[in-house]
Amino acid sequence: MNIPLAQLESNEEGVVIELPRDERIANRLREMGLLPGTTIVFVRRAPLGDPIEIRLRGYSLSLRKSEAGEIIVQKNKHTPHE
Amino acid sequence: MIEENIFFQKNYAVVGNPNSGKTTLFNALTGLRQKVGNYPGVTVEKKLGQFIGQHGEKIELLDLPGTYSLSAHAPDECVTRDVLLGLRSDTPRPDRILCVIDASHLERNLYFITQVLELGIPTIIALNMIDLAQAQGTTIDITKLSSELDVPVIACQANAKETLLPLKIALSRAEITRSSWSQQLPSPWARAIDGVAAIWTHDEEKISQRDPLVRMKSLLLLASPDTEIEGLAKEMNAGSLLGIALAQRSMLDRELPSWREVLVSARYERIMELCQAAQGRTSSTSETMTHHLDEFLTHPVWGWFGFFSVMGLMFISIFVVAAYPMSWIEGAFGCVGNLIREFMPQGDLRDLMCDGIIAGIGGVVTFLPQILILFFFIGLLEDTGYMARAAFLMDRVMSKVGLHGKSFIPLLSSYACAIPGIMATRTIENAKDRLVTILVAPLMSCSARLPVYALMIAALFPAGSVSLWMKGALMMGLYIFGTSAALGFAWLFKKTILRGETSIFLMELPPYRCPVLKHVFLQMMQRAGMFLKRAGTVILGISILLWFVASFPKSNLEKSNHDKSSQLEESYAGRFGHFIEPVIAPLGFDWKIGIGLVAAQAAREVFISTLAIIYHVENDDETPSSLSTTLMKETRPNGMLVYTPLTCLSILVFFVLSMQCISTLSVVRRETNSLLWPLFQFCYMTGAAYLASFLVYQGGKLLGFI
Repeated sequence: MNIPLAQLESNEEGVVIELPRDERIANRLREMGLLPGTTIVFVRRAPLGDPIEIRLRGYSLSLRKSEAGEIIVQKNKHTPHE
Repeated sequence: MIEENIFFQKNYAVVGNPNSGKTTLFNALTGLRQKVGNYPGVTVEKKLGQFIGQHGEKIELLDLPGTYSLSAHAPDECVTRDVLLGLRSDTPRPDRILCVIDASHLERNLYFITQVLELGIPTIIALNMIDLAQAQGTTIDITKLSSELDVPVIACQANAKETLLPLKIALSRAEITRSSWSQQLPSPWARAIDGVAAIWTHDEEKISQRDPLVRMKSLLLLASPDTEIEGLAKEMNAGSLLGIALAQRSMLDRELPSWREVLVSARYERIMELCQAAQGRTSSTSETMTHHLDEFLTHPVWGWFGFFSVMGLMFISIFVVAAYPMSWIEGAFGCVGNLIREFMPQGDLRDLMCDGIIAGIGGVVTFLPQILILFFFIGLLEDTGYMARAAFLMDRVMSKVGLHGKSFIPLLSSYACAIPGIMATRTIENAKDRLVTILVAPLMSCSARLPVYALMIAALFPAGSVSLWMKGALMMGLYIFGTSAALGFAWLFKKTILRGETSIFLMELPPYRCPVLKHVFLQMMQRAGMFLKRAGTVILGISILLWFVASFPKSNLEKSNHDKSSQLEESYAGRFGHFIEPVIAPLGFDWKIGIGLVAAQAAREVFISTLAIIYHVENDDETPSSLSTTLMKETRPNGMLVYTPLTCLSILVFFVLSMQCISTLSVVRRETNSLLWPLFQFCYMTGAAYLASFLVYQGGKLLGFI
């Protein structure tokens, strides 16, 4: 199931399929290690609903829903046990 | 040959990701043997430190700003890139590099580090936070990592001195080989790099096309965003570079449409192979402490509780705790002034010393306790990792006015003083966001406004007339008014003159760490030193200038036993007060308040001491209570009271909004590298202040208030 990253729930895992069209944003994401094929875990939303926190490559990254909405991920069926 | 070499001074540039413990390691290695300066043109701190190597030779370290990639975005990241590429004329290209890696985040750290290895500069890697990696259940095969990267890799813990010896020995090595690490790229990429690299080969025959520096420059130019390629090409300063780079990019567009992605993914793929070979993971439950803390600190309810507690503690410290040392300092400067007054012969020189120089230096130093506490907290919040959470919590609020979560801290710092706030904007990567933050930062009520607020509120509500709560509420209201004005203007500027693409909010949330107090203190002292240098010199100059305009020409009434009040009236400042009276009369101000406003240009709190002189308050010790009772009795020539509630309110509104701080303007000039922006800032803020005071005073009169 391919959905925007922003629509994942806490502790759900996904694999990045597509990055935002905007090359500027896509490039920054790539350099931070968010590439097609990278596995990410949705950690939480900020108290006001935006931005969100995700985990990838062993570290935590926060980004806004506007950008996370354009990142398409394939939702993994099993969720990691915390 | 080698015997001779070992005694030579060795110069290292220290680089690494943000949060890799780079600066802590730098401090641990060099201790207090540091020199903090500035890179000309940008306000990025240039930190140099040194220590003595194994053979008694000097080893100099240059701490470069942390970055995630050589393709820089923020001004401080650009400094790192430019120094490593040898593009800065003020800083020579380093002979050697010390790369700091956070061992617990090996994969992402290696992205930048492998880029650095390709620069062809002898490099040593410090594998920092090895204890954290081990605690997380990660084992790293250091020998393997070292052989794969083809550079010495030394494990250490920046916060534990005893682990640093092997690193110091490695840094003292006479020879360090260049790494042979290089990133294989598909053929269109390789051709594009060759094509651009040829430019430098033409320019200087000595440089071969295989030169790693030339190749990295070409690669970075090709990969730079469309908006930045022109500027970067100009910086690299090689003839027809831009045209060739653009031509090669269109070739890449045709032959390898995903060329941007390939560049990054190829590197990450190799890094992942390397990590699989050199890194063993025993368990995946990493950083549980951070996870649990964040469950609380970013919780929808408890998160705010924590946030407001931290901010509250910081403000209480800045405004309540700092008040004690501030009064001691004030007292000490008063004593020195009195001593000079007693022992120097009467005359202009004595007055210049007492009222100009001593008062000027005192005015700056008095604020030092607040600045120190502010910087202490900022350092503590940065070191523990909470700063990123504060930005995480506040980003939504900031984004409403078109700003970034990272603008929050500069604005917050501006409650103490706009200067450190403006200095803190350099972490904002988007130039327009940074400028907007700089423009609105002085609207946050700084501590220099506090004495003025206190005096006017005291004059507005005579003792006993209203409860303390009411006064407190008005004070709070002024802060809220200033903050709303800052956010409102930020929104307006983002919609109009500084409209631009929305900035990208990408921020690492580093694991919480126990702060190293020594490091926090060192950072605090360095930043405070910077503040003194920036603000101090300007305030001193302005104080002397203001002393001059308030003391000359000499009053004719010299016989009247040195009447300070009539002297001030006759002086240039007094004449100016009369001159601007028609302009400020609609705000309810008379010429005496006008003089105060002129004097407040040095620093806002000078308004009070000036009023004290004008109204001839006995022993002008700046106590608001005695001054406020004098003010309340003051009448206009027609017998009406000057300081009516409406006038007091008008003065308050004026002080909330107006730009009355030349030192801030001079810092803005340096930060923006232009005269236009400080001028604009002065005009819009003072204009808004005038308009708002006008509306308050005239509107109030219409409604029947006095």
